[in-house]
Amino acid sequence: MLALFYIFIAVAVGLGIWQLNRLSSYKQVILNNDKGEPVNAIAKSEENPVATEKDNDIHGKFFLIFLIGFYLLMTYCLFFMNDIMLPESASVEGENDDNLFLITFILIGVVQFATQFLLFYFSFKYRGINNRKALFYADSHKLELIWTTIPTIVLTALIGYGLYTWNDVMDLSDAEDPLVVEVYAQQFNWQARYAGADNTLGRGNVRNIKDINTIGIDMTDANSADDIPVRELHLPKGRKIVFKFRSQDVLHSAYMPHFRAQMNCVPGMVTEFGFTPKFTTQEMRVQEETVRKVNGINKLRKAKGEDPYEFDYLLLCNKICGASHYNMQMKIVVEEEADFYSWLKQQKTITELVN
Amino acid sequence: MSEHHHKETFVTKYIFSQDHKMISKQFLVTGIIMGVIGVFMSMLFRLQIAWPERSFSIIEAFLGHHQTDGVMDPDMYLALVTIHGTIMVFFVLTAGLSGTFSNLLIPLQIGARDMASGFMNMISYWLFFISSVIMVISLFVEAGPASAGWTIYPPLSALPQAIPGSGLGMTLWLVSMAIFVASSLIGSLNYIVTILNLRTKGMKMTRLPLTMWAFFITAIIGVVSFPVLLSAALLLIFDRSFGTSFYLSDIFISGEVLHYQGGSPVLFEHLFWFLGHPEVYIVLLPALGITSEVIATNSRKPIFGYRAMVGSIMAIAFLSTIVWGHHMFISGMNPFLGSVFTFTTLLIAIPSAVKAFNYITTLWKGNLQMNPAMLFSIGLVSTFITGGLTGIVLGDSALDINVHDTYFVVAHFHLVMGVSAIYGMYAGIYHWFPKMYGRMMDKTLGYWHFWITAIAAYGVFFPMHFIGLAGLPRRYYSNTAFPLFEDLADVNIVITLFAILGGLAQIIFLINFFLSIYRGKKATQNPWNSTTLEWTTPVEAIHGNWPGKIPSVERWAYDYSKPGYEEDFVPQNVPLKEGEEES
Repeated sequence: MLALFYIFIAVAVGLGIWQLNRLSSYKQVILNNDKGEPVNAIAKSEENPVATEKDNDIHGKFFLIFLIGFYLLMTYCLFFMNDIMLPESASVEGENDDNLFLITFILIGVVQFATQFLLFYFSFKYRGINNRKALFYADSHKLELIWTTIPTIVLTALIGYGLYTWNDVMDLSDAEDPLVVEVYAQQFNWQARYAGADNTLGRGNVRNIKDINTIGIDMTDANSADDIPVRELHLPKGRKIVFKFRSQDVLHSAYMPHFRAQMNCVPGMVTEFGFTPKFTTQEMRVQEETVRKVNGINKLRKAKGEDPYEFDYLLLCNKICGASHYNMQMKIVVEEEADFYSWLKQQKTITELVN
Repeated sequence: MSEHHHKETFVTKYIFSQDHKMISKQFLVTGIIMGVIGVFMSMLFRLQIAWPERSFSIIEAFLGHHQTDGVMDPDMYLALVTIHGTIMVFFVLTAGLSGTFSNLLIPLQIGARDMASGFMNMISYWLFFISSVIMVISLFVEAGPASAGWTIYPPLSALPQAIPGSGLGMTLWLVSMAIFVASSLIGSLNYIVTILNLRTKGMKMTRLPLTMWAFFITAIIGVVSFPVLLSAALLLIFDRSFGTSFYLSDIFISGEVLHYQGGSPVLFEHLFWFLGHPEVYIVLLPALGITSEVIATNSRKPIFGYRAMVGSIMAIAFLSTIVWGHHMFISGMNPFLGSVFTFTTLLIAIPSAVKAFNYITTLWKGNLQMNPAMLFSIGLVSTFITGGLTGIVLGDSALDINVHDTYFVVAHFHLVMGVSAIYGMYAGIYHWFPKMYGRMMDKTLGYWHFWITAIAAYGVFFPMHFIGLAGLPRRYYSNTAFPLFEDLADVNIVITLFAILGGLAQIIFLINFFLSIYRGKKATQNPWNSTTLEWTTPVEAIHGNWPGKIPSVERWAYDYSKPGYEEDFVPQNVPLKEGEEES
């Protein structure tokens, strides 16, 4: 990417030198100042402040060059930046999302390439020539009908698929035996709580925050007793997870890019989101796209003399929340269900912690 | 009309002027000054994004105690992005754009002596001036200016414990915006009344130039939506200062539970975006109106599909008031509402597509005059398409989940409303400068200004989409906390370099603008061979606009290259020939 910039700088310098030629259009003249004394001055030959035929020609051609440059930039970004993109969705629901994304991107990509071509090509092709008259063409219902109907049909299809995906992701009512997990946000860290054996979270409110009960679990609620507060999020592979989000101070947003998941954490209310993890952390680490991205990162790290980085799922804050917003993160570990339960068993319940 | 030539003192002519042309220049110059501040701020935070925590003497020189040895503090970073957004959206692209061109063009293009109420017009400017001054003063508050993002979501914006900028800085922000809303409302009401009541003889609504339609509808959107922002701000002031709980509930911060109970930040989000989304069109429609005019004039062709253009402006305006929820898909509101807003949002793509295609068709078989204004207009159509298309991704709730609040969004809205609206504003300035100052701007400097800006704008915002797709959240002070994002650092450096290039290019414009006021070549009466009424006024602007009778209008505004005429334009005040049909 930096190379592209250097190429651009080289072109700009070239253009600058070429433009220096314009200096020849200036000539030294002797003018009189207010007091009538002669002074040396540089004057430019009289110029027409409105575009001339020559201007039309130059800038029409520039538009064509600009179009080519823009095509190169688009091609580079669309096809050669793949190494730094997120790997395929790590959640089952995210697959639909990736598909919809691909379809949408192909569609807008085609429209983008075509309309930009028309715009800049016309700017070049019809650059003004003296004494030519433009075509008086004010209206065509047929054309307008075409470009009203086609977008309408295409968008209807997109909306349909989009809403199907949206409902699939957001509707948690049909989830069979989901694992309920609370994600709790505060300036500037994340905590989580598992619902324990009863798979029902006890009530929570900031007014219950006291000592080790940092997330305000209501201990008078019978469902709370077996709840398990933790500081690292572990998820079982292949099981639908229903997240309940809370925040104790300001708005935060729980963003899990690898799972195509995001939901705001709103003080005073509980928000929800759900997905089913598809790959364990280990599986994701050997996934082709991940390996490519991690190798790229490690090459940079090596050059800086830093330790190599190992892939992990992350939960990060994506709603401006204060000074350390940029470093509010929690590691997510996805593992086989058996491993998950043996990990969970080692964690203390809130009752054990409080007493 | 000699009664309009009463004696003017320096104060009534240049300061408390009630002449729409002077007020328009006041708006423009104030807007430019605010623009310089806003753009300069973006340069500062782009330095931090590209080279996190590296020391820069320019940061040391400008940020006072908000930096340590040339490294800006995280709080100051957030303050800069907040104020950059506020200034650019409201002070430059709303007041600077609408204020300048609505004021200048409405009376001139509809054939009126002045605005319906010159006094209210003057008040509108001075309220804007006061609000600008307060916003600038807020930059010098000890704890720093407002820093909760330009959307100022509570509780962050309500609690000084959460971020230092939410103290006095935020109070000043809210006061400034409240005054700004008043200014905008007074202005908008004036524009609406003037267009409805003061059109000259023959200027039917269907003969209005598209600029007029755009400004008219923009003013209506403003009147409908700005009061909602004012009420949102007032309720926030209540929560902050008088202990109410409109937006706040169950908060534990700095080791104590606050008394607030029962409110919801989601309410604020609804109120804010009920203005916030129409605001996008308040910014964009005037730019599109200007572009319609500039493209038709310089293509020497009628604008293609006049009626469809008016219809799309109306459709966009109507839809813009029922799509605000697409900013809130993941706010915790009912997912069903998300479906409704996805539907209405994607509908907006249809009138937008019609507009884009109509512009392109206007170019087809034209005789394009590549004036700087024309270059910026073509640039606008390009960025409007690029930015608009990514809106299809963001408006789709299912896709928004994963790109919400990432740099993808930043790239999208900067192209579609930031860069596009700025291009429209530049097109307007280059095109109507002769009408404002009686002189021409330098063409060559204009060309340099456009090409460097055009390259820099895409250099900044096109790659930015892709770091967003890679998952990079916006408003991060530094990306060094995540090894995951380390491979995006190079792209960020390139973006910053282009941003600096683009910022420097605006200096060319400033030099051109201010020098041309005094040194520009004297303008002729109708330098672009345009058809609209403003070019029938004398070059030396006078109070009351026309020395004699106001011309009456005989035809629509787009008789360019009409068959049967030798000239390639027929001004609106030229009567139809016998047997000639009006288009």
